[in-house]
Amino acid sequence: MDWTLWLELVIKALVLIFALLGGFAYLTWYERRLLARFQSRLGPNRAGPFGLLQPIADAVKLIFKEELTPAKAYKLVFFLAPIMTLVPSVIIAAVIPWGPPFQLGDRIVTQSIADINVGVLFLMSIASIAVYGIVLAGWSSNNKYAMLGGLRSAAQMISYELTLGLAFVVAILLGNSMNLTDIVEAQRDGRWFVLVQPVGALILWIATLAEVNRHPFDMPEAEQELTAGYHTEYSGMKFALFFMAEYQKMIVVSAILATLFFGGYLGPWVDRWPLLGPVYMFLKIVILLFIMIWVRATWPRIRYDRLMAFGWKVLLPLALAVVMITAVGILLAEINPWMIWLIPIFSLIAGAFASLMIDRSLRRKAYA
Amino acid sequence: MQNEWLYIGLFLIVGVALPAASLIMAAIITPKKSNPIKNSTYECGMETVGDSWVQFKAQYYIFGLVFLIFDVETVFLFPWAVTLNKLPLFAVIEGIVFILILLAGFTYIWRKDALEWA
Amino acid sequence: MSPELILFLVLSLVAIAAAIGMLISPNPVYSALFLVINFSTVAVFYLILGAPFIAMAQITIYAGAIMVLFLFVIMLLGAEKLAPGKVLPYQKPLAIGLAIVLMVESVYAVLARNPSDAEIIVPTEAANSIDAMRDLGIMLFSDYLLPFEVTSILLLVAMIGAIVLTKRAKGEQE
Repeated sequence: MDWTLWLELVIKALVLIFALLGGFAYLTWYERRLLARFQSRLGPNRAGPFGLLQPIADAVKLIFKEELTPAKAYKLVFFLAPIMTLVPSVIIAAVIPWGPPFQLGDRIVTQSIADINVGVLFLMSIASIAVYGIVLAGWSSNNKYAMLGGLRSAAQMISYELTLGLAFVVAILLGNSMNLTDIVEAQRDGRWFVLVQPVGALILWIATLAEVNRHPFDMPEAEQELTAGYHTEYSGMKFALFFMAEYQKMIVVSAILATLFFGGYLGPWVDRWPLLGPVYMFLKIVILLFIMIWVRATWPRIRYDRLMAFGWKVLLPLALAVVMITAVGILLAEINPWMIWLIPIFSLIAGAFASLMIDRSLRRKAYA
Repeated sequence: MQNEWLYIGLFLIVGVALPAASLIMAAIITPKKSNPIKNSTYECGMETVGDSWVQFKAQYYIFGLVFLIFDVETVFLFPWAVTLNKLPLFAVIEGIVFILILLAGFTYIWRKDALEWA
Repeated sequence: MSPELILFLVLSLVAIAAAIGMLISPNPVYSALFLVINFSTVAVFYLILGAPFIAMAQITIYAGAIMVLFLFVIMLLGAEKLAPGKVLPYQKPLAIGLAIVLMVESVYAVLARNPSDAEIIVPTEAANSIDAMRDLGIMLFSDYLLPFEVTSILLLVAMIGAIVLTKRAKGEQE
């Protein structure tokens, strides 16, 4: 390896990490402003124009806050848990392609940290180890709220992880590859996978909401029941790391959703100007984040037993059905190309059936 | 060793160094005025009774077990999905049979009410 | 020494240290965490051998699913505070005897290796291409189709067994 390769890598890593950090800071601002709009308020607007300096003010405040460690906590794990939560949310971004490769001088620069052949499986494995930080934070605090929050969150994350994995399988089937760049390239000419498999995209979106513990699945930190859940005992910079992890996960899962189902970096003229790729990704991520925040402003939190029932009894069978429908549809499409449109039709029927089942079971229990 | 994995390894080191550095920085500049009251376990003002490490619902364990089985299934489906249109029809059907067998098991545990949280 | 060899040696030290830590750590949660480190180093070994799929499967299933299950069991039973169980009288001599047998076996396996097998296949860049993934899928679904299907039966049995066992445990609890 020559030194230019190292230089390229270091620059790419720093750009990505600082983009995620800046994204985190301004996502908090974006969310607060949007929530304020949804609730007919103004939101933070004092620090700088439109309150744009608010995240910086918050960061400075958090850095100077005193950090408390409960006397009864396991100190080492208590210290490591925020790091173990943050690290997966950062490194999962390493395989996401942010744009097509471009020529710089006499070398070709790819717009991702690493382009690996098992990219989708990498996403899955990192998502599966993201549980540790939260469960250990809850355990090491020696606080009942934290312990319950950590356990709940772990059970929720593993339950929805299956659905997440099966939604990945759908994307692999359609893209015919596990490499994320190949999957994006298979969506050229507006053939976004969301058009072929809308139910798959919806399932992935719901599963990611649960994976990052966002509304309406933010059980681990249901304030009314568990104060702050697994990070009840955390303060100062350690709390900031949990906060950062949550928002970076939001950004990263939006990027994954955009890559797998919404055409990734593809858009008009992206081939002529490869640096448009990150711009398109940014736009898609902002729109997906808007929907996430919209959901938070609109839907109430669902009860924990219903959350588990929804994950296991509705989403998992539906995801399995969608995988089978997609596989059969792709094989039929080899006989006759228009048969590919049987996939969305049958998937939508399966989705409608699932919704009908939820409706019926809710009526039967007279909850509705 | 493939280069691409080396990049991920280096990115991992940067990703660990960043939060570690910020925690160390915070440890240096934050005020340290702890006292036993501040460091007591937070329980909305109540005195804490006992440890939090007590026995919990066995249901968590059942979900963990079922999750493990389906996780293995999902990982097996990945290579099947990648090679789908290169496989003979027989192998594709085998993949679907694989899903169906596990769906049968799933129906069994559903009927046994193992998926009930309450 | 090639960089791979240095990486391998460092990681094997980490793996051995994590394994020892797992054995001697007094707290079961720490033991579980040491085991996670051990599994992760094994995953990196697979990467060095040019088997990224196995490496990722190792992390997903062992580190992500099995260890979470272990942690659940430890935390749910409140096992952190359990006193060490009764030690069987013949446990120590039996363990030492078996360890010696294993040592002799491994040394024999290394020494008696057929010299023609000594040529270690160095993975090439090809292992990192998507075609390698496809080859793996084709192999799994042609030559190893029967083991694959047997796996599904095995998983089915595991599922049913889990329910049967936990149902009884639940009955006792109530």
